[in-house]
Amino acid sequence: MPHISIRNLKVSYGAHNVLKDITVDIPDGQITAIIGPSGCGKTTLLKSLNRLIELQEEVKVNGKVLIDGDNVYDPQADILSLRKKVGFLSQKPCPLPMSIYDNIAFGPRIHGVKGKQILEQIEELEKHCPNNEVCPANTRNTARTHKNGEMDLLVECYLRLAGLWDEVKDRLRMPASKLSVGQQQRLALARTLSVKPEVILADEPTSSLDPVSARLIEEQFQMLKQNYTIVLVTHTLRQARRIADHAIFLYLGEMIEQGPASKVLCAPCEAKTCAYISGEIS
Amino acid sequence: MDRLLEERLFKVLMLSSLTMVVGSLFAVVAVVVLNGAPALTPSMLTQTPKGGYYLGKEGGILNAIIGSIYLAFGSVLLALLISIPAALSLQRDYIKKTKVAYSIRLSLDVLWGTPSIVYGAFGFTVMLYLGMRASLLGGIIVLTLLQIPIMIRAIDETVKLVPAELKETSYALGTTRFETTFKIVIIQVLPGIATAVLLAFGRSIGDAASILFTAGYTDNIPGSLLDPAASLPLAIFFQLGTPFPEVQQRAYASALVLLVIVLVVSVASRALGQRFSKHILR
Ligand SMILES: Nc1ncnc2c1ncn2[C@@H]1O[C@H](COP(=O)(O)OP(=O)(O)O)[C@@H](O)[C@H]1O
Ligand SMILES: [Mg+2]
Repeated sequence: MPHISIRNLKVSYGAHNVLKDITVDIPDGQITAIIGPSGCGKTTLLKSLNRLIELQEEVKVNGKVLIDGDNVYDPQADILSLRKKVGFLSQKPCPLPMSIYDNIAFGPRIHGVKGKQILEQIEELEKHCPNNEVCPANTRNTARTHKNGEMDLLVECYLRLAGLWDEVKDRLRMPASKLSVGQQQRLALARTLSVKPEVILADEPTSSLDPVSARLIEEQFQMLKQNYTIVLVTHTLRQARRIADHAIFLYLGEMIEQGPASKVLCAPCEAKTCAYISGEIS
Repeated sequence: MDRLLEERLFKVLMLSSLTMVVGSLFAVVAVVVLNGAPALTPSMLTQTPKGGYYLGKEGGILNAIIGSIYLAFGSVLLALLISIPAALSLQRDYIKKTKVAYSIRLSLDVLWGTPSIVYGAFGFTVMLYLGMRASLLGGIIVLTLLQIPIMIRAIDETVKLVPAELKETSYALGTTRFETTFKIVIIQVLPGIATAVLLAFGRSIGDAASILFTAGYTDNIPGSLLDPAASLPLAIFFQLGTPFPEVQQRAYASALVLLVIVLVVSVASRALGQRFSKHILR
């Protein structure tokens, strides 16, 4: 699992400095929660990690983001493999304009994964989730005999992993936009995982979901953290307390405090963090 | 009380403008059908003009029907090939400077508004310079030029409506700009392309001024791209200009044929657009 270090990161939109000199390490194999009042730059920080921020207009980035020691802002850095390695889950799920099936198959197809490689990817996935049956034996057998059987199997495995399979198995060819928002977010998670990321960035992934779907997503994250580094922006402290191992508190574009979640969220050192946690600033 | 009056006044206003629009459309169709239908004999559709056709003797307008179909379909195809990439390249993903995109759009709008006789004169000048005679190819090229601004701007308007979140979702999977554009954005844009084809087809099949000197006119069916080609608008013009009532009636019959072609193409492109819009996000 990769290690992410942010060094002197400054981001501005035009003349508006949004992130002011952020330096922080993100531990691997844990869930790191980024908390802070709205508008403090959480989304900006998250999108800086896989350079999605560059899609915004007039954005300027200074400083370094090191993933396994390589600066992602290096002019020679490969932005496509960076984004494949560092997946992103947005606040409001946005299905691709295609069927449920194709939403999952799109990423692997783009990256040219086929035939044997698909089966290898599935095996790897199974090793990661020993206590979660993502690939039942009968499905595996049909994969050998059917045309496109490998891709069918891959789609099934990721839908199972995201806890969506039972709900959609009879309508895989239906437009993904017809799913409920909660289902779309789990589909988005499956789609993100399908390109074999090592880091998952999630921007308030449960804010537009009903409580049941939100709980499902949280459970997914807790299971996934054994194999992925997860960075989660969250708008509710309760969620952070439930699932985060590590926490970073941002305020007006500055990092005020960071450390183990239990400490930052329950017994912070800084006065501003205290104020935020007790609900005095928001 | 005042608000009720307002409501009623607006209702009257709406109804009267709707009546005017539908009424004038109906009137045009009625005049064309009433005058044209009696003259629309099978020989009109299956024969080319024989000697003395314009004096009221035997023959038909097959030359103009075929010529118009060649000209319109040829130019729509060519214009599409040019306009789709051009419209997609106006995205911010490709042209970072908003001023550049703005100027391109402005020039296209000016070109859209330019009278077609200007295109005809331009095409004629170029053809004279190259030593080309009026031909099917010349007509197709000038009609293509006439359509390009319409198509690019019509497609461009739908490309602008593609949600930024959708592109972000696609880029987050590690896609290139090309993949995002031609595998994701294009799906959202397909109905827009159908509308663009419709607008451009309508303008090109109905235009006489631009092809008068570039495609020419002939009583024969063009056998190659370098032969001159007849067209329905010019056939209408020539027949309506004769002093013989029976030939004038044939002009209306020709107009009826034109009307039917436009109707068929409208319905077909709408149906195609619907078919492809199954997965679209709204
Ligand atoms: N594309 C943008 N252009 C200009 N300003 C932006 C843009 N995106 C965000 N901002 C501004 O940057 C600040 C931080 O935004 P954001 O990172 O979205 O905050 P958060 O996710 O913590 O609510 C806000 O003041 C916001 O208005
Ligand atoms: Mg945000």
